Amino acid sequence: METLTSLFDAKGCPLDKQKFTWREMASKPISKLDDDAFTRVRIILMNGIETDALRLKNIGARFHGELRQALAQVRRCEQHQATMVNWLLSADHSPLETTVAYEQVAIEVTAAVAQTEPDPYQAQTYRFGLLEDFDHLYRYSAMLDRLEGKDANNILQGYTDIIPSRPTTVHHRAPEDDLRDSYQRDSAALITKIHAAMITAAEYQTHDYYMTIGPTFADPLARQLYAEIASVEEQHVTQYGSLQDPGESFLEKWLIHEAMEVYAYNSCLEQEENPRIKAIWERFLDYELGHLNLVGELMKKHERRDPSEIIHGSVPKLIEFKSQREFVRKTLAEEIDLRAKGHEYVDKKNEGHASRDYRNQLNSEGIAAEAVSAGYQWAPGTELSLKKAS
Amino acid sequence: MQNATKMGLNCTGAQMSPMDSKEQLKASQEVRPDIPGNERKLALVRTEEAAKADAIGSVPIPGSARGMVKTALNKLVGVSPEVLIDKLGERLAFERGGVRLYEALMAKAQAIDAVDEQMLKTMKHFRDEEAEHLQLVVAAMEKLGADPTAMTPCADVVGVTNMGVLQTISDPRTNLAQSLNALLTAELTDNAGWELLIELADAAGQSSISESFEKALAQEQVHADTVRGWLSEEVMRQV
Ligand SMILES: [Fe+2]
Ligand SMILES: [Fe+2]
Ligand SMILES: [Fe+2]
Ligand SMILES: [Fe+2]
Ligand SMILES: [Fe+2]
Repeated sequence: METLTSLFDAKGCPLDKQKFTWREMASKPISKLDDDAFTRVRIILMNGIETDALRLKNIGARFHGELRQALAQVRRCEQHQATMVNWLLSADHSPLETTVAYEQVAIEVTAAVAQTEPDPYQAQTYRFGLLEDFDHLYRYSAMLDRLEGKDANNILQGYTDIIPSRPTTVHHRAPEDDLRDSYQRDSAALITKIHAAMITAAEYQTHDYYMTIGPTFADPLARQLYAEIASVEEQHVTQYGSLQDPGESFLEKWLIHEAMEVYAYNSCLEQEENPRIKAIWERFLDYELGHLNLVGELMKKHERRDPSEIIHGSVPKLIEFKSQREFVRKTLAEEIDLRAKGHEYVDKKNEGHASRDYRNQLNSEGIAAEAVSAGYQWAPGTELSLKKAS
Repeated sequence: MQNATKMGLNCTGAQMSPMDSKEQLKASQEVRPDIPGNERKLALVRTEEAAKADAIGSVPIPGSARGMVKTALNKLVGVSPEVLIDKLGERLAFERGGVRLYEALMAKAQAIDAVDEQMLKTMKHFRDEEAEHLQLVVAAMEKLGADPTAMTPCADVVGVTNMGVLQTISDPRTNLAQSLNALLTAELTDNAGWELLIELADAAGQSSISESFEKALAQEQVHADTVRGWLSEEVMRQV
């Protein structure tokens, strides 16, 4: 695996030079039809990361009066970055189509991360969550086909399979079974910290998106399906969020978040084919380096610590934005029957009572994920193409 | 504005990625659906939900029914006032939206390099007629003692129906033909809406109202025919 060592060394663009206009923030969107699906994957991922940058900094400000001004200043830039990125999604995406794209992000990015994550327990956690988002994709694809008459593959562009995985029905677990062991701040690799911050951010955005658009659907099944899967995404936020060491100081978490933004924008920049979008990744990489340096200075000032204690060593060269079909299939074949019990992964026969009871209650009046996908077999051009006129 | 239809690198189809598509298809043939049944399961829940659903809302009680003024509503025959008021509210909302659709379309048409001035003038004319039509409906509702500022259930629902038309026309990326196609959807429905409303007003013994609506219907027929003509010209021009 190729690695990078000097990514975080540059000073980047200073915060007072990070400027925007309304017109550029709401500029031309991508083409749903002509742009590569991975351009959209990157847009969704980066919006998730930027909105999490806001979230972390707003919560930090509740606890740290001495940092409030700096937090407000950096946050304003994150706000405008988030806008410029998210507004790249064009209006011809129906909310369900965007949902399919969100699950593609969850699958392809988590699969990439699972393969470069050096900590085996953390990697196992990514594979565990990955199979659940893989199943969500199948249920939502059935919903898209059966509600709007559309083919999910028009969004996925062949990169991601549309098949049942660990059924959504069994994703519903007691909260105590969604907690995981965290990495140790002193011994964990930088990339482990970056991965945890990044995947938590992505899942948080997915959760918030489903919570926002769920009630905008008229169809009762769609409303039920979003209610059900939004709950699983909250479980995913719980799971991935607990991978982080609670012993890190707020400034340490902030520093890692900025390093994660640097790392993610660099991966986008290296792999983007749309030149207009590539220019945005390049600009924002420079902005994030500015944030990283600023937070490093705050750490020296307020904690008398050298940020290079945390930001050091090498990181994998890239988050690989490409189809992870083989890895996903292998994971599916080997780990579909895994369940979580406390912080451990166990075979389904050893699942605990807490999650079984929890799920039986929630599922007792019907399960939307099952109702929408009964007998669903994806085919190019929707399932209706399987019933050719004879 | 990109007004011509072009061949390009559309990535959405299975044929654009034959290797991936083969793999994808193989996967969905090998990993069978895990839940037995078919789309009827979904239909069943829909039916259950429809059976127990609440209504969108209600038609507001007219002033006269609250005993405030004696109005024509009391003299309605053969039709319940709420149905007439609801459909009047619908037409009012539709015409108001129609004005905005024309305004959005005119702004877009200005971006065309060789803009057809005559077409623009006609669009402006139609826009003004839509505005007059909404005043016709306001007058009718006032005559009946109904509140033209309330959103009736049918008014609300046509707002939902027309959201796609509005999304299409207000998107700066859609070209003239695509926008006209959306507008035609509105104008065809609009024609049927006026016909039905006239029928309803007649049935209610409101001949002065139905007569005032005849003029609107005649103009709407011209709108629909004209938009249909523009659309076919615009598409045929590109052939
Ligand atoms: Fe940012
Ligand atoms: Fe998901
Ligand atoms: Fe998820
Ligand atoms: Fe940042
Ligand atoms: Fe009209």
